[in-house]
Amino acid sequence: MSDASLNTQASTGDAEFGDYFALLKPRVMSLVVFTAAVGLLAAPGSVHPFVAFCAILFIAVGGGASGALNMWYDSDIDRVMKRTQSRPIPAGKVTEGEALAFGVALSGFSVVMLGLAANWVAAALLAFTIFFYVVIYTMWLKRWTPQNIVIGGAAGAFPPMIGWAVVTGGISIESVLMFTLTFMWTPPHFWALCLFMKSDYKDAGVPMLHVTHGRRATRNHILVYTLLLAVVAIGMGFTGVGGALYLATALLLNVLFVAGAISIWRRDEAMSEADDYAREKSFFKLSLLYLFLHFGAILGEAALAPYGLGGW
Amino acid sequence: MSFREEHDLHKRRFGRNLGVALVLVSFIFIVFGLTVVKVTRGDYEPENASIQRTG
Repeated sequence: MSDASLNTQASTGDAEFGDYFALLKPRVMSLVVFTAAVGLLAAPGSVHPFVAFCAILFIAVGGGASGALNMWYDSDIDRVMKRTQSRPIPAGKVTEGEALAFGVALSGFSVVMLGLAANWVAAALLAFTIFFYVVIYTMWLKRWTPQNIVIGGAAGAFPPMIGWAVVTGGISIESVLMFTLTFMWTPPHFWALCLFMKSDYKDAGVPMLHVTHGRRATRNHILVYTLLLAVVAIGMGFTGVGGALYLATALLLNVLFVAGAISIWRRDEAMSEADDYAREKSFFKLSLLYLFLHFGAILGEAALAPYGLGGW
Repeated sequence: MSFREEHDLHKRRFGRNLGVALVLVSFIFIVFGLTVVKVTRGDYEPENASIQRTG
């Protein structure tokens, strides 16, 4: 066996456990776990704590499986873009076939196990989430439309609905609003990142909004989506998952978020470059806190309910 | 140089095998735990059994 063949084998066939774990996009999985847990805990009714733990685990595995399938299909893009070149497939640690098999196996496993542990409505929603992220977003829309991130955001918005369905066995206005909150939050969050991150989407052939329509249009879109998001976020305060705590949190955060979006909208590239995109960066940081605190407030309302303090 | 010295490749494989083993053991505990919860809660009892018990 020559040195060349040894190197080839080592770079493709002997990934560490952590490389397979990286295929599951653990950072995205943390958002999935948190929002699914809030959906589950805020839902009317209850499930056994061990069933709840397993349900969240299988939702996380399903989310991770769709991440692995995304990395399999997008490995050609990941090889071109600097931000993604260290991912397991472009780094040569995992082969494309292995990632595909891993993703398909975990997808089937997570859906079946969620169905057995909780119910088949939740399992069907998880299966649809995986299908939506892999087929609708990754295979179809990502390379076709600059609105890709808007539609792709739906995939990341399903977990609270699945968590809700684990308890109730169905869908309700509250779970749809929790979905809408994450769905409407994703575009301004991601487009703000696009404004200050020097990415190479153009080289990869991905039609991101700031590449196809320019940065001015991106700033306009951030403002419009932020205003729509504020309506959804504050409106949710008057539903079954809302309450005084949630409404106060939503009002404060949305005033800050809309002010940030207006600030970004009023700036041009020269102004942003002058302070190294300070406003865009602070808006992005606020967006992370925004989603966390909204779902945290929903959780707070659910936690206070047994003491007669949560809800309306 | 000893023939049995461990190559980096073996270390990587050991780590991977250990990880898979831990995942499989965890899966056994999860299935066992779910079974205990569901059987204790009576999810798998036939309907007539619950009628006899309440009657």
